[in-house]
Amino acid sequence: MPMTVTDTDTDTDTAGTAEATGAPQEREHAARARIGAALRGTARRPWLLLAALYLGLVLAWTVAPGVFAHQDPLLTDASRGLRPPGAEHWFGTDNLGRDLYSRVVHGTRTSLVAGLLAVALALVVGSVLGALAGYLGGWIDQVLMRVVEVLIIIPGLLLSLAVVSILGFGTTNVAIAVGIAGIPGFARVVRAEVLRIKGSAYVQAAVTSGRRTPAILLRHIVPNASPPVLVLAALDIGGAVLSIAALSFLGYGAAPPAPELGAMVSQGRDYMSTAWWLTTFPGLTIALVVLSTSRIARALERSGVSS
Amino acid sequence: MTRYVLVRLVNGLFVLWAALTVSFLVLHLVPGDPVSVMLRGGGGEGAAIDGSLADELRADLGLDRPVHEQYLDFVWQVARLDFGTSFSTGDEVGAVLARALPSTLELAGASLLLALVLGVAAAVAATLLPNAPLRSAVLSATVVGNALPSFWTGIILLQVFSFGLGWFPAYGDGEFDQLVLPAFALALPGVGLLAQVLGRSLRTALAEPYVRTARAKGASRLRAVTVHALRNAAIPAMTLFGLMIGGIVAGAIVTETVFARQGIGRLTADAIGAHDFPVIRALVFLAGALYVLVNLAVDLIYPKVDPRIVLRSA
Amino acid sequence: MSETPPLLTVRDLRVSYRTRRSTVDAVRGASLTVPAGETVALVGESGSGKSTVGLAVLGLLPEGAEPVTGSIALGGRELVGLPDRELRGVRGREIGFVPQDPKASLNPVQRVGAQVAEGLRIHRLVDSRAEAARRAEELLADAGLPEPARVAQRFPHELSGGMCQRVLIAIALAGQPRLLVADEPTSALDVTVQRRILDHLAEVTRDAGTGLLLITHDLAVAAERAERIAVMSAGRVVEEGPSARVIGAPAHAYTRELVAAAPSMAAPAAPAAAVRAEGPETLLAVEDLRKVFQVRLPNGGRERVAAVDGVSFTLERGGSLGIVGESGSGKSTTAQLLLRLDRPDSGRVVLDGVDLATVRPARLRRLRRDIQPVFQDAYGSLDPTFTVEEAIAEPLAAFGVGGRAERVAELLDLVRLPSTTRGRRPTELSGGQRQRVCIARALALTPRLLVLDEPVSALDVSVQAGILALLARLREELGLSYVFISHDLAVVRQVCDRVVVMRRGKVVESGPVAEVFAEPRHPYTRELLAAIPGGLRAPAPAVTAGTANAAIPQEKRLT
Repeated sequence: MPMTVTDTDTDTDTAGTAEATGAPQEREHAARARIGAALRGTARRPWLLLAALYLGLVLAWTVAPGVFAHQDPLLTDASRGLRPPGAEHWFGTDNLGRDLYSRVVHGTRTSLVAGLLAVALALVVGSVLGALAGYLGGWIDQVLMRVVEVLIIIPGLLLSLAVVSILGFGTTNVAIAVGIAGIPGFARVVRAEVLRIKGSAYVQAAVTSGRRTPAILLRHIVPNASPPVLVLAALDIGGAVLSIAALSFLGYGAAPPAPELGAMVSQGRDYMSTAWWLTTFPGLTIALVVLSTSRIARALERSGVSS
Repeated sequence: MTRYVLVRLVNGLFVLWAALTVSFLVLHLVPGDPVSVMLRGGGGEGAAIDGSLADELRADLGLDRPVHEQYLDFVWQVARLDFGTSFSTGDEVGAVLARALPSTLELAGASLLLALVLGVAAAVAATLLPNAPLRSAVLSATVVGNALPSFWTGIILLQVFSFGLGWFPAYGDGEFDQLVLPAFALALPGVGLLAQVLGRSLRTALAEPYVRTARAKGASRLRAVTVHALRNAAIPAMTLFGLMIGGIVAGAIVTETVFARQGIGRLTADAIGAHDFPVIRALVFLAGALYVLVNLAVDLIYPKVDPRIVLRSA
Repeated sequence: MSETPPLLTVRDLRVSYRTRRSTVDAVRGASLTVPAGETVALVGESGSGKSTVGLAVLGLLPEGAEPVTGSIALGGRELVGLPDRELRGVRGREIGFVPQDPKASLNPVQRVGAQVAEGLRIHRLVDSRAEAARRAEELLADAGLPEPARVAQRFPHELSGGMCQRVLIAIALAGQPRLLVADEPTSALDVTVQRRILDHLAEVTRDAGTGLLLITHDLAVAAERAERIAVMSAGRVVEEGPSARVIGAPAHAYTRELVAAAPSMAAPAAPAAAVRAEGPETLLAVEDLRKVFQVRLPNGGRERVAAVDGVSFTLERGGSLGIVGESGSGKSTTAQLLLRLDRPDSGRVVLDGVDLATVRPARLRRLRRDIQPVFQDAYGSLDPTFTVEEAIAEPLAAFGVGGRAERVAELLDLVRLPSTTRGRRPTELSGGQRQRVCIARALALTPRLLVLDEPVSALDVSVQAGILALLARLREELGLSYVFISHDLAVVRQVCDRVVVMRRGKVVESGPVAEVFAEPRHPYTRELLAAIPGGLRAPAPAVTAGTANAAIPQEKRLT
């Protein structure tokens, strides 16, 4: 052994070393600096900031629609029918004289809640199926993946429609139908993640450390599989909102007087040539929800998961 | 090769059979039976069910027989590609489908072509354009294209190009100029998706060492992309394109409704609304069969594009 | 003579990369010259900027590199600032490039012949497609590939790593360039293949009078192959001179450190196991171990391949056994079987009288305390969500051992990590630090045996030396036994007292290190020893032209 080399201070191979010998206060400092950098990074990405602001607004609509829209979304007033957008009615009124802005606020709430319900259903069921298939392997994997394949061969929208035709119409049923169509995607991603982590050297090290299977699942596989799966869930919210709006547009969602964005676009078709605002505002609201959720999900994908 | 195709087809038939069985079972396992679901209807119009009417209907449709008998019957019928008669119109399901098919094939074909051409063009532009803001503008456009609800874009297109500018007719099918707007509306989400996926794999491929090898030989950037990167990047885009075919057929449900075209999509929407289960089952079968065949075709093309891919009938 | 400028002159080259967060100065003042027809080695550790210099010479810096300053002159012609149009005429025609990772550096979807012909057609060195194909075959033949006409029709994945590198050499030489830039041309290859490729490069550059800029991390390769050596550290060339002078009398402190850290056959061998009064006692006995895998063949069929095929050896308490072999030899599968991460098809792994191959799960879990692993990829073997403390304490937690905080502090001290690393995550540590954490974790339950699978091969030499010193000290202080798996014979010589040489799943030779290295009996062992750059080269009569040719199909089969 060449004695000129001591084994204590030779690890100068990466730039991280200078930072790697800090006291706790310095680390806190570093954490604060990192948050600062993240904020500045957001400021440098105006689209991300706008997306976050818009989504914040939409969430506020969802939590407290009454605060943002003072007019009753169901109140009809034939004398005020089909007014164009103006100071009194920001988005105009519909054929029955209902305030379109109020209806959009309440309708967004319906769409968003249904979208979240659908993604939650797909996430939970898909994750359980995928995790079982990936971790247990063998015939369970074979059977579960065949089931998933049966779901995959039918295009999502058609599958949702078929489910709705059995469950019956209504926003909740539409959400469940869209959720079921989303299960295969999650099952596949979770299975792939579990397989990847199961084969990793740190799980091997945990096995040789004497860890039992439940502990490995809980401490290694779940924490490491979660970030990419949650990003997929975030990305999926936009898609779910789109599908739900499409099903409502076709008339299988909320029953008529209740406001729902897709249904509102459908109703506005009758006045397409005279009252452009009836289709434009609800449609734009959906498009912006989808755009901002996907923008934020992408930002999460880039920053959160890798580190 | 022949053996591979056979194994895949048998496999596909099995999955189709499973899908149909599930659709059959679910229908008989939900509370009530198809007739009560039919009569329950979408809104409240069937709320007061006439008991004797329901029984009559059941007998008519053969739903009063034991479930296993109905199932065997059903399987035997499907095996002969006989999907029975439509609950709502009483026509042969096969004939109903055949009437609707040409219009949808025309629409789906046109929009797939559009999606392919525009998608590849956008992907290459987003990778090759010389200035960075321009590249990211193309990229953003593809993201927006993918986020727009297709029923809404259809309506906006109608408002602008039919009612506003009067360039294209608003409704109907058969003529070429009636095809332009719906094909574009249907293709738009696919254009965005394809451009993003292909663009991403192009950028990945361009970072691979073999592109550097090509550049070190003296190849230009354009040559590196067209000769070396594009073919390597094609596989994920091909997979997506295969999936898009199913998606476009499903998307036709919305587009045909918006543009009042009498195709498979419109038929689907009507069948769902009327709880016309024989028609729905036939449509599920059709979509499944399409998926199986398209995927088989895509898988058979893979090895031609990338020699590392080996067909395995696992 | 003094008027002719040297082939390549790099003066005060500076290159920075701009990332989203900051600007990194990859090269900050590099100067070197390559005289016509000579070989100059550019030596440095990872991150030293040596590859960036190579890419700058080719004008192929990735996007995000700021404008290059300084000067790169090829035969007196300034290349810095030249538009890409003109650089295209230089690349492939005047400067050839041999890249690092041969398999990834060939286009996987294009036939090999077409890839060789491409450069000829770009530079209009041939008139027709047919002539290009013919010339490509000649080039492949010149590169030492058997049956060039058939190889030209192959796709890269059908060739071995060594064959791919020969194809890349053919591509680099297609335009008959004056200068060849070779960036770690052999570090992805097995040692015996490495030697043949380097021999071939030396031969072609000598014959054609081509200058060679050989970029490498391996000082021994540089010393053996180059007339001149330039040493790079932190973006600067700190020393340049004739090879013998740079190695024999290094002027710069960093070069001295590199020379001292390089594992070489000249360094003193490992001390033999401390002989105890009661004589040698067997800790581990491996008997006739076998593991067969089903492998899918490219043509769609299946084949059963014995990855480990009747392997037997014993290890004394306190001893250190090296297992050496090239990729595909079955040495890593053996490690998996020893650790019981995989079940052998037959044979016994007897640790202290208990056969791990057949023991029941509950008993196996208890026995795991005695046998712990250290893997090659330190980064991959630490859960990214765990802190250093959590990682080291994991085995303690698994067996419900109390007083974990103190034990972690003790272990950190033992592997010479500062206590401040406790709360850090793997991404915040350097490569060497990560491997120390893995060693600390392996020691947590005071095992008797460590199975080390290539523990230092992912590390730079100076870091490597530190880890090897740590392992030697731990073995002495704690009375540990090692099974040390490596492809690097020089490293094995430093750490082990006995060695097992594996090839294609079988043990071809075993015995005390000193004996095997001094008088190898099996021709394969001799070939391995001969392949060590700058190593003992005397007893290698078996590696003649005949075996070198015969070895090409073997190369292919190994991949």
